[in-house]
Amino acid sequence: MRRKRAGYENASPQGRRKSARRAAALKDPLLSVDGLYMTFGGVRALQGVSLEVKRGEICSVIGPNGAGKTVLLNCINGLYRPQQGRTVFKGREISRLRPHRRAALGISRTFQKIELFSGMTVLDNIRLGRHLHTRTGLLTGAAYLGPAAREEIQHRAFIEEIIDLLEIQHIRDTIVGMLPYGLQKRVELARALALEPTLLLLDEPMAGLNLEETEDMARFILDVNEEERWKVTCVLVEHDMGVVMDISHRVAVLNFGEKIAEGTPQEIQSNPEVANAYLGESEGLYVSRR
Amino acid sequence: MSRGGNGGFEPPQITEDLTIPKLLLRTAGRYGDRKVAMREKEFGVWRPITWREYAEHVRHVALGLEAVGLERGDKVALIGHNRPEGLWAEMATFAAGGVAVWLFQDCLIDEVHYIVDHSDAKILIAEGQEEVDKALAIKDRCPKLSRIIWDDAKGMRRYDDPLLLRLTEVEARGREIAQREPGRFETMVANGHGDEIALILYTSGTTDVPKGAMLTHTNMLAMGRNLMRVDPCKESDDFVSFLPFAWIGEQMMSLSCGLMAGFTINFPEEPETVKQNLREIAPQVIFASARLYEEIVRAVQVRYLDSTRLKRKTYEAAIRIGTRLANLKFAKQPVPLRLRFLGTAADWLVFRKLRDHLGLSRVRNAYTGGALIGPDHFRFFHAIGVNLKQIYGQTEIAGISVVHRRDDIKVDTVGQPIPETEVGISPDGEIISRSPSVFKGYYKQPEETARALRDGWLHSGDTGLIDEDGHLVFFDRTKDIVVLADGSRFSPMYLEGRLRFSPFIKDALVVGDRRPFVTAIVCIDATVVGKWAEERAIAYTSYQELCQKPEVHRLVEEAVRQANRGLPKAARIRRFLNLFKEFDADDDELTRTRKLRRAFVEERYRQIVEALYGEAGSVHVDTAITYEDGRSVPIKIDLKVVDVAET
Repeated sequence: MRRKRAGYENASPQGRRKSARRAAALKDPLLSVDGLYMTFGGVRALQGVSLEVKRGEICSVIGPNGAGKTVLLNCINGLYRPQQGRTVFKGREISRLRPHRRAALGISRTFQKIELFSGMTVLDNIRLGRHLHTRTGLLTGAAYLGPAAREEIQHRAFIEEIIDLLEIQHIRDTIVGMLPYGLQKRVELARALALEPTLLLLDEPMAGLNLEETEDMARFILDVNEEERWKVTCVLVEHDMGVVMDISHRVAVLNFGEKIAEGTPQEIQSNPEVANAYLGESEGLYVSRR
Repeated sequence: MSRGGNGGFEPPQITEDLTIPKLLLRTAGRYGDRKVAMREKEFGVWRPITWREYAEHVRHVALGLEAVGLERGDKVALIGHNRPEGLWAEMATFAAGGVAVWLFQDCLIDEVHYIVDHSDAKILIAEGQEEVDKALAIKDRCPKLSRIIWDDAKGMRRYDDPLLLRLTEVEARGREIAQREPGRFETMVANGHGDEIALILYTSGTTDVPKGAMLTHTNMLAMGRNLMRVDPCKESDDFVSFLPFAWIGEQMMSLSCGLMAGFTINFPEEPETVKQNLREIAPQVIFASARLYEEIVRAVQVRYLDSTRLKRKTYEAAIRIGTRLANLKFAKQPVPLRLRFLGTAADWLVFRKLRDHLGLSRVRNAYTGGALIGPDHFRFFHAIGVNLKQIYGQTEIAGISVVHRRDDIKVDTVGQPIPETEVGISPDGEIISRSPSVFKGYYKQPEETARALRDGWLHSGDTGLIDEDGHLVFFDRTKDIVVLADGSRFSPMYLEGRLRFSPFIKDALVVGDRRPFVTAIVCIDATVVGKWAEERAIAYTSYQELCQKPEVHRLVEEAVRQANRGLPKAARIRRFLNLFKEFDADDDELTRTRKLRRAFVEERYRQIVEALYGEAGSVHVDTAITYEDGRSVPIKIDLKVVDVAET
């Protein structure tokens, strides 16, 4: 299959790397976690991790396996309740809120292992992501009366925008379980976007994708982050360093549950401590499929 | 000599003055907002555009183009998928007195460069980011290019090259001018003349560099009218535009016939959704390349292989009945009552459903052109109740000169000339034709023009004959015809078509000119053979490994034996080998319309061809293949030469 558009490196004529300069302009904090502690029995998964995510940025969290990246995402969206620490979202403390309440505030996520209803169609899976925004009740909905019908059409129009953005028109009515992995990953992103999030947590969106699919996914994340229509702030956990360094405004590095560095991609690449964390091999940091 | 007859269709009068935009204004004036001119599926919904809206868009884009510097006679290159904006831009170019030059959407940068540069295009209208990237890559090498207009905003947010301009801005400027000077557009259109060049279409060029065939407004209009005389389209008809605009067949339907008949043109949502969209629209008229019909047959065969035993048996029985009926129809013989009854049953049980799934449930006329379709494919469509007709013609004659008539369809002919068209055979067997649709020549290539146009006759470079019923038989490109060991002449294209009737074979190159026997290089179909192998637990990691599996060799051998059936002994394929890759247009092995560039491919794989006639039994290949994402992978492989055992 021919790539429909150029690789994401060409997203701007100047090239992507300069975008990091814009980071300074993004001031307004959207999410801040402060001193998160999380232990599982004897395993200290997070040891006082603090992170601030500014409105409009792509903030990546990297680190070796078991560094606590996914645990951090789970704490942000409320799947885990950390033993200590505060989480503030849009200026409001959400540390005690349950996951669905946090979702209602605008935090959405994708999972490392795809979490979709594999027996349902792509469209139905995405519609499910829209559930939180449904206002009409069960009875009105079942009878499909005026307001319910109007609402359904509005939701469907919104979903179609997502389908158009992620270029999945051809699989609208396909059962998710029959799709190749790369497309399922895209559907997972579509489902997360259906929530109309302000903050999107992406847990290894490139894992298991081939080169072309990785480029597509990077392009979609940039579109979601930059297009006026979406402007979604993203927290990205990812192992593909090429992508992370290309599309992130800021990168935070975790190692054994501690944040050992934070900064622009350039700063992180030249940080000796970060290189050490990756098995002490400096090349390790630049693991990429390209 | 064969001359076209006249049908009952009452077409618009074509005067010397009539141009395509004049006809558009007339048609739009007739229907206004009462009729839908085109539809595009967007955000999951078919969105209609009425004739008035269509004409308004053309008006504003045309005035806008003029405002950004388009002058009469200037060339405008267009590249993109089939969408309303593409057609508006083309029509606006005509209205402003410009010449439209369409490029295939998947052209590589070098091809885009060649055509944009050679055609002296001043403006390039690109669909979106991918096309704009190509345009920006060549702009420094095309000094005449002064504007790049784009239309799909996706991914375009950070492009700031000074040449770039958005189509909506062009339209907005045009709208302003239209308000200021109400009559300007009408005057502009009225200044046009039928004898002016409307289109330069670069022919696919199975042999050498692309040649730009210049077609006038009159060429296009006359062709549309004459085809409509044979097979009138109704204004209530639907047509789906999904083949490249750079192909004459699509131009002919969307522009010429579309305006003549006033039917509705439907644009699919995405290239990937064409099949679904075709089914939703279920057009009455369809014009496609032979390759597309072959792909449809392949899709059916694959589904057949995949279904349950009961369904397979029902399908087999129905196809047997359908084929018998089709053969009787071709032979113009009466159908026995029993068979007629069985035919109705087969239609209800199988064909009705099948046609619906293929988007052919309402089709009245399906045309195939571009290359010869295999006889088995052709018979298949008549068996399932689709009225498929062959078309013969070339870009140089605006697409069509010969077509099958209703109830007069023969498998091995391409039919009779359309009205106002004379088709003859030159003393050395070349097909020549003469009609008001014959082109003006190749742009900036007088020698080529002189070769093609002699005494008003278009010399096609094809070999053929006219049979006792006045039907044209198209044999093959003259230079492709092979002389067999026994001295007889044979068409490799015909054999390749027969090979492709097997769902397992995607492409083939048949060799045999002045050789002791006929051989073939076969490209297996990766998807179908891959699935076949999976079901039989044959492990493989790549196309290269799969194609060299002994089981796959046996599979292809059987397919070759099938294709050989009924052929004279000298024409049968005696040896073949499976190539390590599929033929690809990006490697120059196929044209953009998927025709085999025989001379090039034979030259490229000379070592392999020699091995087919050697005694080694295999050939070692050490080369590299380039994937579409730019990676280049070295290939070291032994290709086995297989002798086809006689049965």
